[in-house]
Amino acid sequence: MLDILMIEDEPNIAEAVRFILTREGWQVELHSDGLGGIEAIRGAKPRLVILDVMLPHRSGTEILAELRGDHDASLAATPVLMLTARGQASLHLPQADAVLAKPFANDDLRAMVRRMLN
Amino acid sequence: MPFEALVAGCLAYVALMFGVAFAADRAAAQGRVRWLDHPAVYTLSLSVYCSAWTFYGAVGYASRSGLEFATIYLGPTVVFTGAWWGLRRLVRVARMHHVTSIADLISARFGKSNRLAAFVTLIAVIAATPYVALQLQSVSLSFDVFATDSLTDIPLAGGGGTALWVAGGLALFTILFGTRNLAADERHHGVVTAIALEAIVKLMAFLALGVFVVWGLAHGPADMLARIAERAGDPGWVLKPDRWTALLFVSGAAVVVLPRMFQVLVVEAADEDRLSVAGWAFPAYLFAMSLFVLPIAVMGQELLPPDANPDLYVLTLPAQSGQNWLAFLVFLGGFSAATSMVVVCTIALATMISNHWLMPLWLMLRRKSQGDDPEDLRGFVLNARRLAILAVMAVSWLYYQATGGTTALAAMGLVAFTGMAQVLPAMIGGLLWRGANRRGAFGGVGLGFALWLATIFLPSVGIGSPLPVPPGVDPLAFAIFLSLAVNTLAFIGLSIFGMPDPVERLQGLSFVSAVDPIRHSRVARGSDQVEPLLVMARRVWGSEDALHFFQSEAAFQGKSGYLPDLTPRFLTRLERRLAGSIGAATAHAMIDSVAGGSELTVSDLMQVATEAQRAKEEAQRLENATTELARTARQLQEANDKLTALSVQKDAFLGQISHELRTPMTSVRAFSEILRTPDLSDADRDRFAKIIYDEAGRLTRLLDDLLDLSVLESGQAQLSITPANLHDLIERALSAASATRPERVFRVEREPLAEYVGIITDADRLLQVLINVITNARKYCDAEPPVLSIRVRRTLRGGAQIDIIDNGSGIETARQSLIFEKFSRLNDPARAGGAGLGLAICKEIMANLGGEITYLPGHGGAAFRILLPRRPPVPVNAGLRRA
Repeated sequence: MLDILMIEDEPNIAEAVRFILTREGWQVELHSDGLGGIEAIRGAKPRLVILDVMLPHRSGTEILAELRGDHDASLAATPVLMLTARGQASLHLPQADAVLAKPFANDDLRAMVRRMLN
Repeated sequence: MPFEALVAGCLAYVALMFGVAFAADRAAAQGRVRWLDHPAVYTLSLSVYCSAWTFYGAVGYASRSGLEFATIYLGPTVVFTGAWWGLRRLVRVARMHHVTSIADLISARFGKSNRLAAFVTLIAVIAATPYVALQLQSVSLSFDVFATDSLTDIPLAGGGGTALWVAGGLALFTILFGTRNLAADERHHGVVTAIALEAIVKLMAFLALGVFVVWGLAHGPADMLARIAERAGDPGWVLKPDRWTALLFVSGAAVVVLPRMFQVLVVEAADEDRLSVAGWAFPAYLFAMSLFVLPIAVMGQELLPPDANPDLYVLTLPAQSGQNWLAFLVFLGGFSAATSMVVVCTIALATMISNHWLMPLWLMLRRKSQGDDPEDLRGFVLNARRLAILAVMAVSWLYYQATGGTTALAAMGLVAFTGMAQVLPAMIGGLLWRGANRRGAFGGVGLGFALWLATIFLPSVGIGSPLPVPPGVDPLAFAIFLSLAVNTLAFIGLSIFGMPDPVERLQGLSFVSAVDPIRHSRVARGSDQVEPLLVMARRVWGSEDALHFFQSEAAFQGKSGYLPDLTPRFLTRLERRLAGSIGAATAHAMIDSVAGGSELTVSDLMQVATEAQRAKEEAQRLENATTELARTARQLQEANDKLTALSVQKDAFLGQISHELRTPMTSVRAFSEILRTPDLSDADRDRFAKIIYDEAGRLTRLLDDLLDLSVLESGQAQLSITPANLHDLIERALSAASATRPERVFRVEREPLAEYVGIITDADRLLQVLINVITNARKYCDAEPPVLSIRVRRTLRGGAQIDIIDNGSGIETARQSLIFEKFSRLNDPARAGGAGLGLAICKEIMANLGGEITYLPGHGGAAFRILLPRRPPVPVNAGLRRA
């Protein structure tokens, strides 16, 4: 079972996150486009989803809403960590389990993911 | 008294009159009219009614017919006391219409018909000229009294000669002070003041003589009354009711319609308020003038020879008694009476003759020859007046010379009275009855005049015979009754059966509806009518203000509560206050309908309608203002919306900037932490370091772009304007842009010859735009092989047009309008590395250069058009910045 599925359009950020989390022993799969995101989640059924808010074609919040409305109850309940570059103002995302503002400390990312996976 | 002394005194008196008139005219010219406009001056000037005919003739009249002379004084007294409101109204209407004479008044009322005015002028001239002649005769006679009584051996110019001197002198005085200028109000302060002074001399002389007669010749009042009582049995002294009635009526009419009386009573009146004093003071003056008439007549009959002329008793009595100074004073009184009458009458006649005879004639003749010149007209009018004065004087003198005898002239006063009285029905009807019309006026006045000519005037000068009358009826009274009755009936009949024309109707309305601004006629009533007034006032002012006003009015009347009595003062004040809110006519009508109980008249309604119309216009104006306000409000709303949108845009912009800054910073931060990881491979370490380096560069570019954009947007960009060649610039731009995606080799289609366009611009900024557009093409053009075509054209105005077109798939229609917006690249899946500010900057640069950059749809690939002016517009602050 896949540990983490991440949808992030900025390749450098995606690479950094994957590098950090992979070194903790988790399996990470990357996607860069909002369009195929929900299909990827349905297919992989990850234990945790990391979503960027601003994505091309389909925003992270839209994907989150669609995920929460999925008829597969266990899929709909997948924990979601949102990443946002919009600053503190956009941290209030009720459907997300956690929100992390960019730029972030790597330790914070690790701790947050660990807590959500356990 | 020596005749020379008499002449010298007379000349001195004349000089005094000239001096007074001159001083008054000067005061008036300097605007010091306060004392000139005093009601006393006005009242005294009315005494021009007492001409020489009254001054000398009244005594003669009394000695022949007893008390009948009193009708001459009683008629005006009745009019001034009984018809006081009518006189006020007459003066008001006349002032309102700037009426200059009785003829002008009649004409103005009946459709401004000049034919009517000319006709009334004719009556006035026929009636008044013999009357003026009578004055000349009286002066001449009074001179003769002195000449024959004291110095018979002096070769005196004949009676006609004296009259000629007098006529000449009076003509001079009248021309000097009557035609000094053409005042719009036709008032003559100098003349009026001199006449007022003469009125005092007249009265003093007569009273002095009366006192002398009663206490000097008789033995006091009791003795005097006894002597008068003895005469009561004389056949001439029997009271004739028919004559009394006719004479009262005619003299009452005369005090208004005689040309000289209309002149002083109406034309020379500053305003109708003068009448509030004159209303009692003039009758008092007349009473004083008539007080000693009978005593003088009786004493004259007793003391003087039977063949002595009773018309000269006033002079011969003191002269015979050796009272030379008294005789001289009386002479001056008579002289005053005669001269004042002649002067005023002549002015009035001259005004009518010049305005209604000469002017229309002149205008008619002139229309054929040349154009209008106001100064010319003014000169003509003044000269016409002077000519008319001379003519009236000359004709009067000739008339006096021709008739010669005293008897023919003696009755002239009454004859003149009855002649002018023919105008009365038309005048009164015109003032009171809106239905009166011109045909009626013409018919009435014409028939009356004809009857007067045939039955009164011509017989009086010895032509034709008096009307055969029923036995026992006085011929004069009968003629007066007949002419006026026919006159009035014709006036009413023709008015009823004729239609007034529009001008007439308008003038009629104006004459008849002249509303008294202050209602003295309102009677005080009980307070039962006050309540509705309060209700009405509340509706107009609101409850609090109305209650306050009523309370203070009640307090003023010494009443508690808020219901004052309906006194005229209260009603007037209420009306004035209301008028301030709702207009005079409406206020008047409202108060009348609530408190006065009087019905609304048509003219009231018309005035209300006028005010309603005005209110409607006001409402229209308000409505326009409201529309204007609404428009302003809408504009404000739009501006506010725009500001809000701008604010939202600014927030969005800040959010976007934040996003654009945070994204590279996230990479920089994350990787710099990762770099501290001990067991990194060298390859990873190098790669991560390069990412940090690139992302830092991206941050710098973003900050540069933002700064550039803000400078360009604020208009503070420093432009370095120089001549430039487009070919070179395109060359450099292509070269610079080739660093982007260098692996793609573009075929560039150019027209080098067309590119040699010289232009004045900021070359660096233009280069920036070209690089940006070409770089975009290199980034996004997805065609294989990629082709970029650049076409340069000169515009009609000497500028340049650069089209840059690639052969890729272009920009989808929906996004074409967004590409020049800031951060428009944000949702662009291609993510070509920039912050999305490039085209926004290009747009701002082109605006700064006075040109523009647009997207050209329909070219297949992405196509941009850059338009440049021959030289950029110079910003106002450019020089300042450079300095």
